[in-house]
Amino acid sequence: MSDVHDYSSRLSDPNSRKMGTFSYLPPLTPEELRKQVEYIVAKGWNPAIEHTEPENASSNYWYMWKLPMFGETDVDAIFQEVELCKTANPDNHVRLVGYDNFKQTQGTSMVVHRAEIKA
Amino acid sequence: MNAHQPSGKYSAGVKEYRETYWEPNYTPKDSDILACFKITPQAGVPREEAAAAVAAESSTGTWTTVWTDLLTDLEYYKGRAYAIEDVPGDDESYYAFIAYPMGLFEEGSVVNVFTSLVGNVFGFKAVRALRLEDVRFPLWFVATCDGPPHGIQVERDKLDKYGRPFLGCTIKPKLGLSAKNYGRAVYEALRGGLDFTKDDENVNSQPFMRWRDRFEFCQEAIEKAEAETGERKGHYLNVTAPNIEEMYKRAEFAKELGSPIIMSDYLTLGWAAQASLSRWCRDNGMLLHVHRAMHGVIDRHPKHGINFRVLAKMLRLLGGDHLHSGTVVGKLEGDRAATLGWIDLMRDKFVAEDRSRGIFFDQDWGQMPGVLPVASGGIHVWHMPALVNIFGDDACLQFGGGTLGHPWGNAAGAAANRVAVEACVKARNEGRELEKEGKDILTAAAKHSPELKIAMETWKEIKFEFDTVDKLDVAHR
Repeated sequence: MSDVHDYSSRLSDPNSRKMGTFSYLPPLTPEELRKQVEYIVAKGWNPAIEHTEPENASSNYWYMWKLPMFGETDVDAIFQEVELCKTANPDNHVRLVGYDNFKQTQGTSMVVHRAEIKA
Repeated sequence: MNAHQPSGKYSAGVKEYRETYWEPNYTPKDSDILACFKITPQAGVPREEAAAAVAAESSTGTWTTVWTDLLTDLEYYKGRAYAIEDVPGDDESYYAFIAYPMGLFEEGSVVNVFTSLVGNVFGFKAVRALRLEDVRFPLWFVATCDGPPHGIQVERDKLDKYGRPFLGCTIKPKLGLSAKNYGRAVYEALRGGLDFTKDDENVNSQPFMRWRDRFEFCQEAIEKAEAETGERKGHYLNVTAPNIEEMYKRAEFAKELGSPIIMSDYLTLGWAAQASLSRWCRDNGMLLHVHRAMHGVIDRHPKHGINFRVLAKMLRLLGGDHLHSGTVVGKLEGDRAATLGWIDLMRDKFVAEDRSRGIFFDQDWGQMPGVLPVASGGIHVWHMPALVNIFGDDACLQFGGGTLGHPWGNAAGAAANRVAVEACVKARNEGRELEKEGKDILTAAAKHSPELKIAMETWKEIKFEFDTVDKLDVAHR
């Protein structure tokens, strides 16, 4: 059994909480995030930013950061809004959504900033 | 029909079917139900006669003229064979295309349509074998069926899963676990990162594990895994039962517990029961996973039975949110092009005729929601790049042995699959070619995931390379 590893996930450890797509990978680097933004733009989806206090993360409705950026295709502009939201809400989780208005749902959604969790 | 003599007089006797039911100049109407049959006739029966016989026997015809034929407008009600085509690479069989007028069918009744189309005719002596290859359902018929209780978009919103395929796992051994031990296997797989676990098709309410105990333990497993991971989870509670009253009883209890999803085996449960259960699911906010157990009896033989693409269309009309589609790459039968064809028929709003994928007719689904294809059976992390490429995001990838067989247990197996699917989605979004670069993508991801690394070492050598029995009809076999 010495070769078998324990799976270290605990109810008591808030860092065991996951948050959807890409939350099982290491945090995206700025270059990697850029490529995901490019993907959202290439798909023709409308980018949007949302944020929340970690304790309220299970709600469907996080706070919208301003409005979805309808028709925005400038990757730098989208990137900059993510930074503005992070700075204004330093203790919040921040996620990037791509709204697909033809399928009437979110084409993708990914947490791009995970707040520090004090255990 | 032969009763319709120009004189309008009744003339008793047996006439050739083609005199009445073969109309090569007929232009199908938008409102017609169209069917493509692959006919293998008895020796000596001309093509037109066999095609006309199939049209007759699946619509108004009987073996002899009857006087009551003259009391109705048989010219309207008859099915018409309107085209015959060679089957590529096959000298003995051919395709016959038949159009049925809308007045032949009860609105919204899949049961009625198939009782006509495949009811008596498959035992008919003039044909040696008969296969229903495709059916075009006109928009009026689609719109009178309930369709999926929720559909893919609503499921994503309810479960908060976006931008990637869903991940699931069938609990094994499929039979024999106690309810509490079964719930343990569910909990471990869910806490490791899967979205769903699943009852197997034949898990109902056996003496070793009665349904009520299983439901309770599985629900506790879901709730704890949700609290632990902060993500929404589900277990497909199979409510397939010996009778309808029992089916509803189990579904109601699943709802009472707060389960987000239940499950049925639509072919063994029965089509009318499936339609009823689907309607119950829409009324009660319950997702419905559908297994296709028994389909191989009906769809596997290339010359007889019903092609799976028809069974898939049927399920979308009857109602269900998930349907097993085959994996293309795993242990079960599945031709790639044909599978791509029917997963589109499950999900898309409009699917155009495409013989290279076995689709014989345009199919317009109007506003009916789509069914989520489920790829399940003999797949593991090494298949992930191909699966993400073949199925895209709108699918559920289910790893049974590929989760539970991990040397460190279910949670580690689940985490390995979750890391693998996210790595593949990330790479695809970055514009990388998954099937070409799959090994590099997984190897890089495994650097941050010891669970994935061990999974890759465990399953590296497994391959399933038996040839497909039910292939698309092509000239070169």
